[in-house]
Order: sequence, then structure tokens, then C-alpha cells
Amino acid sequence: MSWWRYILRARWDRERRRELESYVEIETDDNIARGMSPADARAAAIRKLGNRTLVLEEVYTMNTLGWLDTTWRDLRYGARVLWRQPAFTIVAVLSLTLGVGANTAIFQLIDTVRLRTLPVEAPHELARITIDSGDGGRTGRFTSRYSQLTYPLYEQVRDQQKSFSSLAAWGPVVLDLATAGESRPAQGLWVSGNFFATLGVTPVLGRLIGPDEDRRNCPTPAAVISYPFWQREYAGRPDVIGQTLRLDGHAFEIAGVTPASFFGVEVGRQFEVALPLCTERQVRGLARSALDSGDWWWLAGFGRLKPGVTVQHAEAELKALSAPIFAATLPTGYVTRDADNYKKFVLKAGPVDKGFSALRGDYGTPLLLLLGLAGLVLLIACGNLASLMLARASAREHEMAVRLAIGASRWALVRQLMSESLIVAAAGAICGAWLAHGLSAALLSFLSTPQNPLMLDLTQNWRVLGFTSGLAILTCLLFGLVPAVRATRTAPVNAMRASGRGLTDGRGRFTLRRALVIGQLAVSLVLLVGALLFVRTFQNLATVDVGFTTAGIVAADFDFRRANVAPEGQREFQRSLLERIKAMPGITGATPVSIVPVSGGGWNQGLVIDGKPQEGYPNVNQVGGEYFELLDIPLLNGRTFNDQDTPTSPKVAVVTAAFVERYLKGRDPIGRVFHFDVGPGEPNLAMHVVGVVADTKYSDVRTENSPLVFLAYSQDPAPGASLTTLVRMASPDANITREAVALAGRVSSNMLVTVAYLERQMAEALGRERLMAMLSGFFGGLALLLAAVGLYGVMSYMVQQRRQEIGIRMALGAGRGRVLRMVLRESAVLVTVGVIAGAGLALFSSRYAESLLFGLTATDPLTIVLSVIGLTAIGAGASAIPAWRAARVEPTTALRE
Amino acid sequence: MPPRGRTPIHGDLLQGTLDLLILQTLVLGAAHGHTIAHAIERQSDDVLQIEHGSLYPALHRIENKKWIASFWGTSENNRRARYYRLTAAGRSQLAHQTSRWEALVGAVNRVLRPAPAGSRSDK
Repeated sequence: MSWWRYILRARWDRERRRELESYVEIETDDNIARGMSPADARAAAIRKLGNRTLVLEEVYTMNTLGWLDTTWRDLRYGARVLWRQPAFTIVAVLSLTLGVGANTAIFQLIDTVRLRTLPVEAPHELARITIDSGDGGRTGRFTSRYSQLTYPLYEQVRDQQKSFSSLAAWGPVVLDLATAGESRPAQGLWVSGNFFATLGVTPVLGRLIGPDEDRRNCPTPAAVISYPFWQREYAGRPDVIGQTLRLDGHAFEIAGVTPASFFGVEVGRQFEVALPLCTERQVRGLARSALDSGDWWWLAGFGRLKPGVTVQHAEAELKALSAPIFAATLPTGYVTRDADNYKKFVLKAGPVDKGFSALRGDYGTPLLLLLGLAGLVLLIACGNLASLMLARASAREHEMAVRLAIGASRWALVRQLMSESLIVAAAGAICGAWLAHGLSAALLSFLSTPQNPLMLDLTQNWRVLGFTSGLAILTCLLFGLVPAVRATRTAPVNAMRASGRGLTDGRGRFTLRRALVIGQLAVSLVLLVGALLFVRTFQNLATVDVGFTTAGIVAADFDFRRANVAPEGQREFQRSLLERIKAMPGITGATPVSIVPVSGGGWNQGLVIDGKPQEGYPNVNQVGGEYFELLDIPLLNGRTFNDQDTPTSPKVAVVTAAFVERYLKGRDPIGRVFHFDVGPGEPNLAMHVVGVVADTKYSDVRTENSPLVFLAYSQDPAPGASLTTLVRMASPDANITREAVALAGRVSSNMLVTVAYLERQMAEALGRERLMAMLSGFFGGLALLLAAVGLYGVMSYMVQQRRQEIGIRMALGAGRGRVLRMVLRESAVLVTVGVIAGAGLALFSSRYAESLLFGLTATDPLTIVLSVIGLTAIGAGASAIPAWRAARVEPTTALRE
Repeated sequence: MPPRGRTPIHGDLLQGTLDLLILQTLVLGAAHGHTIAHAIERQSDDVLQIEHGSLYPALHRIENKKWIASFWGTSENNRRARYYRLTAAGRSQLAHQTSRWEALVGAVNRVLRPAPAGSRSDK
């Protein structure tokens, strides 16, 4: 077939028409020459030519593409039919828009978090290095969720392995752009010298950090900035190279800018500044560099595999290297137990083509689950559409019968009905894709918090487009195919006869619609159960008793590392700073702390009691004596810390009830002594228990209360160059950020302040649960609404169809109550079957949600009972109107219709 | 009218035969549809009656194959008419089709009138 001929088919049609006309004229002339009258001559000529339309049609079909022509005709006809039924079209397109939009939005997030590969050269050649630490776990300092390696380990692996052409290391770090006042965080990366080369990233400006910068004590500290940072902070000026950038107060020279597409290697976080690993000591300002610390886990390692080497090969090699490497890097400060564990660690390799991502772990399952829920909503919506299509099909039965009777093929009719569905599906998909764009951005900003800013590239790609078109086709088939096939199945003669009066409608089509409604009710029960599970999980977490007051509590961190305070003056500096904080207007108290509770951070340590090492690692915090009163933590026994607890007095500890229960059972805990399990060479002081307080949550509201030891802040041997305080505001809704910054400014022009409101921070920490509760609640509500509409539609239709029957019943003496009961009984059957099927489905499927629940199980009876009651109530409500309408049928009018 | 005793052949000619006849007619020079039809009828002593319903689609089909080309011209009695002429491709196609036709006719004839035993066939 030639497209050219197809395009010119109209022109050819005109040509041939003219040609035939000229034939008729010539033949007419001939006939006149033979002696006919002009009128007879022309008539004879036309007769001789035969069926002119047939000739033209034959030529036309030679030129056209049959399927294209008929498809186009079907689509145009479908569009006209839909245009004439705006109510149906709007409802159909709107419900598909919602369904497709929700699905696409969630899929878009899944795509960016789980499916997309890193925008670097040949990402599938990259592999990461992790440690299998067995049952023992690792000991030491951890700086991020990606911390898998220490620097000594990285060096050993890098130099000994042969599977990778280059092996790089990186670690996330938050740096401060501000030098005084309120802190301005920047997302930083420590990177090894071969980091950019391993990834194959080239600069858009200047140069990137290179292998030269991999030496310790690197001479000229250089920083690489990201494209968005360059645009934001320097307005994309090319003279940025060589400029000085102050990070945590240290001067760095900007060496280069990375491409716009490169966000780092961590999915969800856009890096802003990359610094060479060698500048770590200088920036952190600590005596001991992390480069020399075997127990400081701050790096993640990855490399580019040599050609032909698979991840499995690399892993086998690393496994063989593990024992000597761990033996060679054993940290000096480890206690025997930790050292034994350490030597048993095994190096592993894994693919990292999609980047490092904590998001994937946190949100992978929830997003898949949400996609499942959204898919179910779409399914219910399709059920409604199919039901509507069936209703329309019966209304158009006569039309179909006539078409069949005059020779239309069944296939042609199905095709034509399907093209109507296709138009609706396509319109829904297009609107849905548009809606998804806004929705996914809204979801992202919902999950992003100031502490944990999320940056994902949400541009549409072929996968998302494919997903949306796939949805459109699937929905079209789901709601269009069965009604279309059924509509064309009736024998014409029956349909023509049935349109007259006096015949009872067959029940076949009705059964299908009832089955649809039962399915919808069942699926919506599943959604309802899911919604309740997640809403109650969120509620449980939000109202969980943390054991202390959180309202009006502010964590204020004062960083005076650059205020030139001598180490011996730090204690006094902290003390006077605390006095000034306590004197701030609008606050009722303040206490120093080492760990801000329920903020994610933690510190735990092994115990030795009566010379015996104890099981487990109790949590530790170091607080001021005001801590317990400030947070309303009840003192159960003994005392809290006071002014007599000084660095030189005996070390004291306040422990929690759970601690007593676990370690000091039996005797009076007050006055008992324990030691911390510390490595060789570290001071090992006796801790005297002076008080017992009630249990509180420690780092996370989700974990159970566990043994907790409080040490006296005033006894801290090295207070350090920053002071973290918990401040209680007089009014819970007050804002003291400005006062805190002003106070810091008065004390020193080089002090940085970070203020976090505990309640807000806790709420943000529940972002995932809140998202699940909100979205599943929304989906559950939507499902309920759609199922109610579906049930209402079917019941109304049934009442409408049976008006005459009801009229006869009433004429024969059936009371209104009886008719009402009859209709309600019908819907009760539907609801009951739907609920039973749904309960079974819910029990079966809710286990996928188990890991995301808190404070209840996936088969929580109350949740299921509540859902059943809710669905039954909605079902009763949806069928009440049709039942009432049935009861109001006037026999006289119904029978006369 | 065909001569007595000879029934005119209506309806479908053998597939491709009409194409061959049209090409042959155009060897003598350009002609329009009306002339082509009459020429074929006359040449065949009115045995072959050309259905106009198949003549024009056939012309269109052959033109699509680029064996003939068309142009608008003026007829003998001053009517605008679409004229067809043979192209080079059409000429070679005609030779090809003619030999194929003769082979076909010869073969059919041999089947219908077998040569007497002992004598040799034509080829």
C-alpha cells in the first residue's frame, strides 16, 4: 500500500468522477448521432455505464487503507455519540482521570526511586561494596545510613582487589554555608579522588576532584559544586571557578561544576558540594582524623567492574580477601567481643546501577502497596464504567438490532462500540497523565522535610508514558469489551420484538451487572480495611506515649567551634551560655543534652555488672539535672542530678525502670554500681545509680521502651565545642528561633544555631505513615463512593426495569412496606456476598501491609468489623433511595406506561 | 451487435486479460476510455463486451502500476476526455504479457485437442 496514494485518494476520486462524466458525454454524443433524442441519449449512456458509484468505490478502495479508513470512521462516530451524551462522557472521563492520575503519580515515584538508573556512564558496570557483619553487628561511629566502610578498610580493599578497574568511596555530610547566626545547611559529599572518574562524570565548568587530592593533608582544599547549587548561589556565572566558598567556616576554592543531570549517587538527594576525603580532618576540626580511625564508619564504596567481570566474580574475590583485610584493619580500641565479631566480617558486592537509596528501603514497599491500592480503585471505577456501558447497551439494543438486521457484521459493531470506549479511555489517560504530573510533585513535597530534603527528577519518560498508555488500553478492555460483545449478541428479531411492551426482559445482562457490583463491594472492602489499618497505625504512632512532654519543647544547638574557645574554657563557656539561654524571654526552662530524644540519633554501650559482661546494649544519654522536671518524667526512686555532681565527684547515673528490671533485679537499685564495657586504654569508671525514673522512648517512637541510662552532663570529661539544649517554651506554639539566633550573636559573632521544634520533628519523622494513612484513606473513601454509586446504579436500574411488575404486585395488594423490603432484600444479598468475598480477600491480602503497621496486626478484628459495618451502612444508604422510589410506584401510572 | 451464432462474452475475463487488451489497444496511440472499450469490442467482432464497471478500475490499476500514463485532452467531437498512452514500462509489459498469453493459449489448446498419436507437438 502506498501512503502517497492514500493521501491523494480524494484527488483521484475527483479525477475518476470527471472521467466517467466525460464518458457519458461522449456516449451521449454517439447516441445522438445514431438518432436518439438528447434526453434518451443521455439516459442510454448512463445505463450503459452501469453503477457509477460502484466503479468509483472500487477505485477508491484501491487507493485507500481500509483499516485506517474504518477506524477513523468508527472513532468519529464514537466521538459524536459521546458528544451527544455529555453526562456519561464527563462521569466516565473524570473517574478514569482520577484513577489513571493516582496510578501514574505513584508509578512515577516508583520509577524514580526503584527503576531509573544513575545518569552516569554505563551504570550497570558499577557495583557497591557492603559488609556482612553477621549477628554481632558493627561497633563504632556511624555517620549515615550508607556508612559501610571505614577509611582503613577502603584503602585495603582498593589496593588489594583485582575485579574493579577503579574503586571509589563517598560519604554524605551536611555542611554549613553560614559562618554565624542561623545555620544554612548544604548537602555535601566526601569523595575519593577517583570518584568522578569512576562514574565517568565530566565537568561543565572547571575541573573535578582528581586522584591528586587523595593524599592526606591535601594542600589546596578544592570543592566541586553541583549545577543547581551553581545556578542558585552564583546565578550560573562562569567566573565562579577559583572563588572562595566557606563551608563550616573553612575556605575552599571552587574547582568545577558538575553537569545538571548529575545529582550524586544517592537517589532522592541532590548534592550541592563535593569535597575531597582528605579535607575531612580540617573540616571536622577533630584531633583524630576519620582517615585513621578503624571504627569510624562513614564511607560507602563502589567501583567500576573490569570488562567481563560480573558482580558474582567480584563478590567471590572480595570474600576471599575478607579475612586478611579485616585482620589487618582491626581497630585498637575494641573490646574482645567486638574484635572477635570484626574478624568474622565478610565483604560483599552488589549492583548499584540504580544508585544508593535509603528511600528505596523506606518507600519501596509502601509505594508498591499504594500502587496496588490505586490499581484497585481504578478497577472499581472500571466496574462502574462497565456497568454504565451495559446500561447504555441495553438502551441501544434496538439500534444494534437494526444495524445487524441490515447487514452490519458483529465484528464491525463491536469495533465501533470499542472505539467509543477507546476514546473515553484515551481522554481519561491524557487527563490522568496531566493530573499525575501535579500529584507526584505534591507527594514529593509532602515527603520532603527540612531535615531530609528530597529531590527527585520527575520528568516523564518512556516508562511512565508506557505505563499510562498501558493503563488506558487495559481500562478500555476492562470496561468496554464485555458490554460491546454482549450488546451485539442478541438476535435482531428478539431485540426488535423486546422493544415492544408486554415482554419481560431477560435476566442475563442483569446478572452480569450484579456480579460487577459484588466485585466492586468486595474490592472496596479490601481498600477500606487497608485504609483503616494505615489510619490507625498513624494514629497509634502519633498518640504513642513517649513517656515525656513534647509540646513546646525545642532542641536548640549552639555550635561555637569557631568562637575560639580554648578546650579548658569550654565547660565554663557552656555553663554561662546555658544561664543566658535559661534567662531568654518566653521559656520556662532549659537543660543540656547529648542526644535529643526521638530524633533518630542514639548511643548505646555494653555493661559490666559485678565483673560480668551483660547481654545487650542499653541506650545512654547525658543530661542536666533539670531534664526530668522539664520533660515531666516522673522520678520513681532516689534523686536526679544536682550541683554536687561535678567532674571530680564520683560518677552518678539515673536509670529507667526497664533498666532496673533487666539488670538490677532483686535488690534496691539505689547505690548499685556498674561499669561500661570499654576498650583497652580507655578510662573505666564505676557508675553509681542514684535514681530511677519512668521509662521513655529513646531514638524512635516505633521501638519499645528499652533499658536507658542517664549520665550527668556536668560530669562529662570533655564537654566539646557545641551545646545542645532542650528548651521548654512557656507557650507550646511560640517561636523562639529569632531569640536564639540573637542570643548567639550577642555571645559570639562566630556561633551557629540550629533550632528544631520537637513536635514538628516527630511529626515529620512519621511522614511515611502519614502518607500511607492519607493516601489509603483517600483511596478507601473513593472506593466506597464508587461502590456506592455502582450499587445505587444497579438498584435504580432494576427498579426502573421492574416498574410494571411492581405496579402489578401493588395492584394485587402488596403493601408499600412489602415492596420496600423486596428491593432492600435484593441489595442485601449483593452487599452480603460482596462483604463476605471482600473479607476473605482482605484477610488474604492485608499481610502485605504487616511490616508497615504499628500497634495492631494485619488481621486486626476491630478493623475488619468496622470496615464491614461501614460498607454495609453505605450499601444500605445507596439502596435506600431506589427502594423508596420502588415503594412509591403508583400502580395506575406504572401499568399505563 | 455480435454476429449471429456468436454469443458475446460478458462478465469476468480471465484475470489480467483485460489489462493485456487495454495495453494492446494503446499500442496504436493514445486513447480515452470510451475509445478503448469500443476498440476492443470492434477488434473482437463484438465477442468481448467490455463492462465499464471493470474498465475504469482496470485503467486505474494499470496506471498505478505505471504501465500507462494519463492526460486530459479533447475528443474527436470536442469533449474533454482523459487520454491514456502506453509508457516504456507498459510496452515491455505488453510483450511479456503477450508471450505469456500465447503460452497459456497453446497449453490450453494442447489439453483440449491432443495431437494425434505419433505426430510431434509444435514445440
